[in-house]
Amino acid sequence: MTADTVISCKNAWKIFGADPKGYLGSMPATHSFDDIRADGYIAGVKDVSIDVYRGEMLVIMGLSGSGKSTLVRCFSRLHDITGGAITVEGQDLMSLSEKELIELRRSKMGMVFQSFGLLPHRTVLENVAFPLEMRGQDKHTRRERALEVIKLVDLEGREEYFPRELSGGQQQRVGIARSLAIEPDIWFLDEPFSALDPLIRREMQDEFLRLQGMLGKTIVFITHDFDEALRLADRIAIMKDGAVEQCDTPDQIVLNPATEYVRKFTEVIDKARVVHAGVLAQAGSTGDGPPVDARATVQDLARLLVHDERAVIPVATDGKVIGGMDRAAALDILLETS
Amino acid sequence: MADVANGLKVTATGPAQWTRGKVAVALVAVAVVLTVLRYVGLLPDALFRIPEAMIPPAAVWLDAAFNFVKDDLGLLALTRTLTEGLEWLLDITANLMFGKRRWPFLGPIPWTAVAGVAAVIGYYLDGWRMAALGAGTFIWTALIGQWTIAMETMSVLMVAAPLAFFIGLSLGILAWKHAWVNRAIKPILSVLQTLPFFTYLLPAVIFFKVGPTAGAVATTIYAIPPMILMTTLGLQKVSPEVVEAGNMSGCTKWQLLRHVYLPSARTEILVGVNQVIMLCLAMVVLTAFIGMPGLGAKLLAMMGSFKLGRSFEIGVTIVLLAVMLDRMSKAWVVKQPEHFERDTPWWRRHWYLVTGVAVFVFFCIAAQVVPVFAEIGRTQNFSQGKEIDTLIKAFLALDPVQNTTQMIRYVLNVWILNPFRDFLLSIPTPAFILLVTAFALSLGGKGPAIYAAIFFGLVALSGWWDRSVITLYSVISAVTLAILIGVPLGIMASRSEKWSRRALLACDTAQTFPSFIYLIPAIMLFGVTATSVVMSILIFAMVPLTRYTIEGLRTVPPEMTEAADMAGATRMQKLISVQLPLALPTMAVGFNQAIMFAFFMVIVAAFIGTQDLGQELQRTLAGTDLGKNFVLGICVSLMALTFDLTIMKWATHRKKALGLPD
Repeated sequence: MTADTVISCKNAWKIFGADPKGYLGSMPATHSFDDIRADGYIAGVKDVSIDVYRGEMLVIMGLSGSGKSTLVRCFSRLHDITGGAITVEGQDLMSLSEKELIELRRSKMGMVFQSFGLLPHRTVLENVAFPLEMRGQDKHTRRERALEVIKLVDLEGREEYFPRELSGGQQQRVGIARSLAIEPDIWFLDEPFSALDPLIRREMQDEFLRLQGMLGKTIVFITHDFDEALRLADRIAIMKDGAVEQCDTPDQIVLNPATEYVRKFTEVIDKARVVHAGVLAQAGSTGDGPPVDARATVQDLARLLVHDERAVIPVATDGKVIGGMDRAAALDILLETS
Repeated sequence: MADVANGLKVTATGPAQWTRGKVAVALVAVAVVLTVLRYVGLLPDALFRIPEAMIPPAAVWLDAAFNFVKDDLGLLALTRTLTEGLEWLLDITANLMFGKRRWPFLGPIPWTAVAGVAAVIGYYLDGWRMAALGAGTFIWTALIGQWTIAMETMSVLMVAAPLAFFIGLSLGILAWKHAWVNRAIKPILSVLQTLPFFTYLLPAVIFFKVGPTAGAVATTIYAIPPMILMTTLGLQKVSPEVVEAGNMSGCTKWQLLRHVYLPSARTEILVGVNQVIMLCLAMVVLTAFIGMPGLGAKLLAMMGSFKLGRSFEIGVTIVLLAVMLDRMSKAWVVKQPEHFERDTPWWRRHWYLVTGVAVFVFFCIAAQVVPVFAEIGRTQNFSQGKEIDTLIKAFLALDPVQNTTQMIRYVLNVWILNPFRDFLLSIPTPAFILLVTAFALSLGGKGPAIYAAIFFGLVALSGWWDRSVITLYSVISAVTLAILIGVPLGIMASRSEKWSRRALLACDTAQTFPSFIYLIPAIMLFGVTATSVVMSILIFAMVPLTRYTIEGLRTVPPEMTEAADMAGATRMQKLISVQLPLALPTMAVGFNQAIMFAFFMVIVAAFIGTQDLGQELQRTLAGTDLGKNFVLGICVSLMALTFDLTIMKWATHRKKALGLPD
């Protein structure tokens, strides 16, 4: 484990059924998801090994029932895993006592839920202050802190409202504020914007990116919306039937899908919007002339790619040339011919 | 019985139930043969009724068991200790409400203060109309001269209802937390809910002294079951995400329960509170039978001496109290907290509390100055008991009225009720059990049939067979009459939105009345006779029948009635072939409730003078015949449970088959 690994998950299993532990012990290792289901068990998480690094945004993506929500609940031990091991900040999650687990959640973890999970009988302020109240902070400090985060999510003036008096987007802002109240290091978001209508969803994504730009937390974000994943992710893990099919950067997933399932998934995606110049740059022949920025997508460079006549275009990060991009290859991506 | 069984069986025949139907027919055939044999005098007496010698002395055994628990295990000592604590609480409320000379020697609270506070609470909960209802109820009670007896009743209610709430809530939480508690509690609850109330009363008297303490205990126990059920239901319904949010906020188990589960289950818990209050009121009135003073005792005395005017006035008081308590607690269920702008001063946030206290203090002081505000004396009240009495009696003495009531009484008794009763009594015990089993089999299937056979077998072994049959006869005849009136009424009301709403409101209101009330009109019209018993059951049982008929018909999916319309069905065709079949499962719930209500009422009506189990039960109250009391109570419970199991099984089965929601 490298020093900046926050969550490390090794061969984790989560099986639902009558006697999950006994079943996992006796089950042949080659059993597929459907074999397990035929035995009357459901593999929510199936032999998953994945690391989450400090400060990155890992998006777990899959269709409903693919086990993404289950996996993130294993990370926070809302579910106990059946087999394997998960460590958070070096602590083995399953060996924690109830008290230690509560302590971990009170100090390090925050979570946002799909249908908000707000307490209906508490005002916005009381909802946001709830985690602080649970850890026994006095009324004054928790009020101060709650007002601070409420301001952060742009809900000033609504402190005394009850959840039912707010729109869906506003309710989720409360959910976000609540999860941030304790200043968590690790931030779990379980399809936070799926229950919102498309326009609001877009707005909330922008808001979320703004917050992340300010806070720089370690984030595990769940979604079933590929566009959302591409917009937000540093890395994407694609799940199917409880297992992780591929975990990589958006560029790599689009360019080199590891399995047939991932390929099908990425087929409809406009690759030019995903792939960055930096990924296409190859060391060696750097070409001549003015360089392009490594962080620009192929689509950003569309006009240049069509009009420029160089075969290899230099790519630079912060003014330093890191390699050359093959113009024909980039054009192929732009024209979806590859 | 045979007619009923046959009539209902028709609905259950189908290819899938063919074998079940066949078995049921065979059972009926055997029963008929047995009965015919009896008629021609060929059946030995031992097969007609179980001979005395073979009946196990269950009452004696139970008595021995009770005595063992009571004396040897020291339960009596324990309950007598509990009694002291309870008595202390009851003395406090008694002192506050009607000035009983006990600590804290503060009361009685002036009636104007109570009425004023009721108005403020009513206004807070649901505006002016509720305020008027709250104040009006208490003003009426005071002006009519029933303040003290009403407050005697209320003082017990004020102890019993919170007690039932806390016990029910705790047990509900336990049942939700631990599956085994739930499994253990479920059957006990269903027996408790069908056990006649006389069976609650006697143990209460024996273990907790006669008077308010026993009354409070019986009332509390009676009101606990729905609280348990609603608590468990509410906790199970809390959304998993809210719970996870609580967990991620670092809640300990206790914090999770206190801050997440219980507040989120608020609606169901408050519905439970409503039911607790209403059941407490119903029961506290009935505790008159064990000498609890209050509205019930007064009503009992007045009805016994045929003082109709005063009975009527007390009836109105009880109804007003019931409606007020019901409406207010229901308004509390839907009441949502309101938010205030930041920095609203304390007194504005708690405006109603401040006003309530102010009103209370004002009237307390005013009562010191103006004595009428404190208490309305005997000669000052506006009771019109005598006048109403004369009026009602004059009305009843009118020729047309008298002729009608007498004719109804004659026709009912001579042509219908008595022959039916004699017929039921002439059926040999084994044949009767077979008929009931066949009924349960054809409607509910194998499970209910087995229960029916066992339950009625136990009733036969109890040695109270004839009285049980008479009880059953009252129930069946009253419910049948109620169906004949209530169902058409419901069908008619369901035709228009407006009338459905009105009828539903009337039924809901009527359902909040304590059962005792239903005796008043019956006694008014038919005097203290057996017809009154059937009549009071009839009125009481009609309410759920009408209610569920309307609900069943109104919830038929509109596509289906539209499809029937487009197929060119007449109103009658639509009703018979589309609406009624689809409404039947819901209506069955109404039938079931009607039967349960009837079993309840037939026991209440015992004091009019019946020959059934209720009469015997009431007699046991005079002594300490705990064993016999239990045997009788269990007999009623077993019969009621048979119907409950069978009909509910059929209803859920049918709903599933029709694809209707539960």
